[in-house]
Amino acid sequence: MPEIQNYTMNFGPQHPAAHGVLRLVLELDGEVIQRADPHVGLLHRATEKLAENKPFNQSIGYMDRLDYVSMMCNEHGYVLAIEKLLGIEPPLRAQYIRVMFDEITRILNHLMWLGAHGLDIGAMTVFLYCFREREALMDCYEAVSGARMHATYYRPGGVARELPDYMPQYQPSPYRSKRELERMNAARQGGLLDFIEAFTDSFPSRVDEYETLLTDNRIWKQRLVGIGVVEPERAIELGFTGPMLRGSGVEWDLRKMQPYEVYDRLDFDIPVGVTGDCYDRYLVRVEEMRQSNRIIRQCVDWLRANPGPVMLDNHKVTPPRREEMKGDMESLIHHFKLFTEGYSVPAGEVYAAVEAPKGEFGVYLISDGANKPYRLKVRPPGFPHLAAMDEMVRGHMLADVVAVISTLDVVFGEIDR
Amino acid sequence: MNRIGNFIRSLFLWELLVGMSLTGRNLFAPKITVRYPEERTPQSPRFRGLHALRRYANGEERCIACKLCEAVCPALAITIESEQREDGTRRTTRYEIDMFKCIYCGFCEDSCPVDSIVETRIFEYHFENRPEQILGKQQLLAIGDKYEAMIAQDKALDAPYR
Repeated sequence: MPEIQNYTMNFGPQHPAAHGVLRLVLELDGEVIQRADPHVGLLHRATEKLAENKPFNQSIGYMDRLDYVSMMCNEHGYVLAIEKLLGIEPPLRAQYIRVMFDEITRILNHLMWLGAHGLDIGAMTVFLYCFREREALMDCYEAVSGARMHATYYRPGGVARELPDYMPQYQPSPYRSKRELERMNAARQGGLLDFIEAFTDSFPSRVDEYETLLTDNRIWKQRLVGIGVVEPERAIELGFTGPMLRGSGVEWDLRKMQPYEVYDRLDFDIPVGVTGDCYDRYLVRVEEMRQSNRIIRQCVDWLRANPGPVMLDNHKVTPPRREEMKGDMESLIHHFKLFTEGYSVPAGEVYAAVEAPKGEFGVYLISDGANKPYRLKVRPPGFPHLAAMDEMVRGHMLADVVAVISTLDVVFGEIDR
Repeated sequence: MNRIGNFIRSLFLWELLVGMSLTGRNLFAPKITVRYPEERTPQSPRFRGLHALRRYANGEERCIACKLCEAVCPALAITIESEQREDGTRRTTRYEIDMFKCIYCGFCEDSCPVDSIVETRIFEYHFENRPEQILGKQQLLAIGDKYEAMIAQDKALDAPYR
């Protein structure tokens, strides 16, 4: 008599719902998952090893590419670790700019997540609306750093450049009437801060739109309520962080628990879920967008009222301004030193973590006193989440795997590194 | 009363209708898309796209082969060889950027002490065969010559912030 075996199915790495390059080996009993075995490593780029061969600053750009939908938060973790080793603190204005862009990044990430989550579940419309708002935030990225995604904007000792006082505008074209053009350029008349302020004014109503489309929708609820439930104790045991943990009802957020930069000066709330299913995690993330919007608004108000430097004046670590560099010999020497050799940091070990949109993004840095890290370890939030995949989908139907993958908010740039 | 209301709302697909009405409203709302090749979305003067080598107003190339960009390039995309010219000045004999390696971080532009290597706002370019992605000195200078007006304007706009 033949032995009865479960049906083994390969999911991904080319599956559109695999969020990149996840390969799952699923053991099915009929349509019910018995075991899910995630295979990772298809996007391994050896970022940690590469960082050992470059001066500290040159790896900033590679941090963007770890979690490539929350770019500046990754830079932040890395830059914080270096600053901790060096024992320097950036100017207050730079800290506010960083916090503002961290929160912009959080909205960017959650919008991307919401759109992709919708697509996975079968809601096509919300994806387009999410990308409409992402476009405005990408323009903010572009305005400060010159890149729409991989910004390379944070530096140890501050941020690369001051926020611009201008925003690029739409140019006249034969397809647009003058009135239309004026409407499109309405938010772009002033500087970047005005643009962001206009965004924060309109964004809550946009979140309402997403909620109109999804929150009460019966199909949405049928696909999410009660799927992938994680108990709070189990979530902690599994090493969950971020919305995954808060969705289970544990009120843990690094921004509140161990505030870095200026989070202790800002007023915001931490949303937590109740049941720990996919639907609660959806609600948590949507509320986080609203809270981020609040934080951005407070940062805009502060930044407007308090001009000042955005970089430390310590030219052993930060480059001098260009006109100084061109006119002053000492500055020129600093400039050459910094861009060739970089700076040496004291020997030691530090761990710095930020609350990235996906959870705790940590950087463990060991220095032997050279101008390069001796060892850099990235603690990606996605990895423990993915490791819990098996537990979360066991006993669910095949179609729920897709919902669970996307509720984990995995990005393989950071998991495989 | 609440239960009856919920029942009626559920029976008549209320939340679906509300969602559809939102879609309907957006159907008639002004579009945010642009007709791309003719129309463009705004681009920041800080945009980091295709590289270019600039010249001074008298036609002399700016690059003095200090190799800072080569040293700072995280992706090791830049290769420079230099020699002394007949007039005694130091100039590059070879300046190559491998556009497949480049990660567009903008460090070369930050490091350049003579504003020679710049990243322009050009983002529409392509290569058809393998070695074409390695841009040589003459190609980079040609890009710089062609777009000098735009580059100068962008850099002037951003100069107060650097």
